[in-house]
Amino acid sequence: MKGDPLLEVTDLVVHFPIKSGIIVDREVARVHAVDGVSFTLHEGETLGLVGESGCGKSTLCRAILQLVAPTSGSVRFDGQELVGLSRRDLRPLRREMQMIFQDPFASLNPRKRVGQIVGDPLELHGLASGAELKRRVQELLDRVGLQAEHYNRYPHEFSGGQRQRIGIARALALQPKLIIADEPVSALDVSVQAQIINLLEEVQEEFGLSYLFVAHDLGVVRHVSDRVAVMYLGKIVENSDSDALYESPLHPYTNALLSAVPIPDPRKNFARERITLEGDVPSPIDPPPGCRFHTRCVWATDVCRTEEPALTAHDDGHVVACHHPRTG
Amino acid sequence: MSPILTVRDLQVSFRTDDGVVHAVDGVSFEVSPGEVVAVVGESGSGKSVTAQTLIGLTRAPNSKITGSVMFEGADLIELPDDQFRAVRGEHIAMVFQDPMTSLNPVYRVGDQIAEMIRAHRDVSKAEALSRSVDLLRSVGIPNPERRVRDYPHEFSGGMRQRVMIAMALALDPEVLIADEPTTALDVTIQAQILRLLDNLNRDRNLSVVLITHDLGVVAELADRVVVMYGGQIVEDATLDEIFYNPQHPYTWGLLGSIARLDEPRPERLTQIVGQPPSLLNPPTGCRFAARCKYAFDKCTQPPALEARLGDATHLDRCWLTPAEKLESR
Repeated sequence: MKGDPLLEVTDLVVHFPIKSGIIVDREVARVHAVDGVSFTLHEGETLGLVGESGCGKSTLCRAILQLVAPTSGSVRFDGQELVGLSRRDLRPLRREMQMIFQDPFASLNPRKRVGQIVGDPLELHGLASGAELKRRVQELLDRVGLQAEHYNRYPHEFSGGQRQRIGIARALALQPKLIIADEPVSALDVSVQAQIINLLEEVQEEFGLSYLFVAHDLGVVRHVSDRVAVMYLGKIVENSDSDALYESPLHPYTNALLSAVPIPDPRKNFARERITLEGDVPSPIDPPPGCRFHTRCVWATDVCRTEEPALTAHDDGHVVACHHPRTG
Repeated sequence: MSPILTVRDLQVSFRTDDGVVHAVDGVSFEVSPGEVVAVVGESGSGKSVTAQTLIGLTRAPNSKITGSVMFEGADLIELPDDQFRAVRGEHIAMVFQDPMTSLNPVYRVGDQIAEMIRAHRDVSKAEALSRSVDLLRSVGIPNPERRVRDYPHEFSGGMRQRVMIAMALALDPEVLIADEPTTALDVTIQAQILRLLDNLNRDRNLSVVLITHDLGVVAELADRVVVMYGGQIVEDATLDEIFYNPQHPYTWGLLGSIARLDEPRPERLTQIVGQPPSLLNPPTGCRFAARCKYAFDKCTQPPALEARLGDATHLDRCWLTPAEKLESR
């Protein structure tokens, strides 16, 4: 554990209603996007969040920042409850929590100059203006590896990696405590990915940031994370210290995920035993009863089909939700 | 074994408002029957344009294509459009990255496959449909009798990619060009599709040109690897040589910049500084020199793609001597 708890998420639930009807909207079903997620992120720590598309990673991020209203549950940031706060009360807190998005082409306003994009948060929060603002923005640009003269350029004049640097400069502008990075490198080429990951690690050290780092690339997550949480169909199925998770995964899903990643080494790749999951992820509209993974799990038994496993601690800080964890 | 596909000095350029983009600049390689050749590179390296040219998709009023692509004694570059149509699908088929945008959303999946069969073969609609069912079954789609009547949106991403592969195989082609076939998929689904491609390659002796940026996928499937950078091939070697004896600094960079699961975590990832060159106005010397930490005065001259190790199957485009490379790597 690095520092004090900075972000505590407890039993967070986000359901999206599916409505039907012309005059009277009736709720006919719900998408169980996030279904009872709890975790703690400590100061200076990086928590990696992995899972396949549709498992609720991005919705979880948005619900933490109150960009979508949670259905129930609690999100405490620095000791303060965020769920239920008014927009006005949230505003000063938003300074402390910033987000970096996946798609550097869609997350920057194409009509604004880089100086505005990075400077607007400072101006909106009344932290700088005029010449001081420009100086601060140029410092930030310089810090993320861009040049001061990029101040007057538009986003389309930059490559994907450079745009992601602009996104990072914008996130850093308000000197937040927490940065939620939702797939920050998955749209980039590998050589550029490495640049951005290294930059994120440098600024974490420098500004004392905590990261919630969402990605589907398990190699990238292992590289940046102190702890890793694995999500499947709206639930966290395993949460552990990063090294323990990668060396001895307890949940069959984690096992299968790790085994599915092709290793860039032909001989090792050929030699290792692989678990291939059959089928697709079930629909979050009607998740399977019991353990949500039982439909694809080779170790599933009767109890898995009826009873939902709770997250239970195995080793120090290694929690897993499984009736038959892969121990020993 | 004589190659089934021979690409010689392929040049593809496009006229744009900003000038002429030299997307592919002198690419030569061969594909043997039953061989999986991976073409690796970053965005803008020319790998996709190369793939699309093989199947005649870059023919356009603003493009200029020179060089040759020899397939069964014919030069595909010279082939008129109507004759190319007989080759495409029949002998060389393609699978694209994004299965959602490559299928027509308003037609049933079975009809789309049947249409393609009927365009090339003189069979009844019912026969073509029953052939579609067999094809869907052969790529591992459960309940194919029912699924042929479904629309593309009723399939998941992985299943859609299986449909695309089934369609590509409909006419029993000799060569399959797969352009980032698993990039849009989750890892567990990617593993399924890679296994399917591997089985097809073995069972049908299908030659595959695999376009990808993921060296993990390469390690899984390829026999030979062609590394592209800035519109040119910078290294061409067997799978083992690329991974265990790479000769080009760009290949080193690619291998080093992956966050790997199979090795201890490094403090920092090796990064390749800077950006790939603009293909509007490519550098005159070595195209990688500006980002290469081993660049020296000779790199202002363009190096040729040659067997510099004395091994005819391992080509690279770097001025360093093999001894210097061994030391720098």
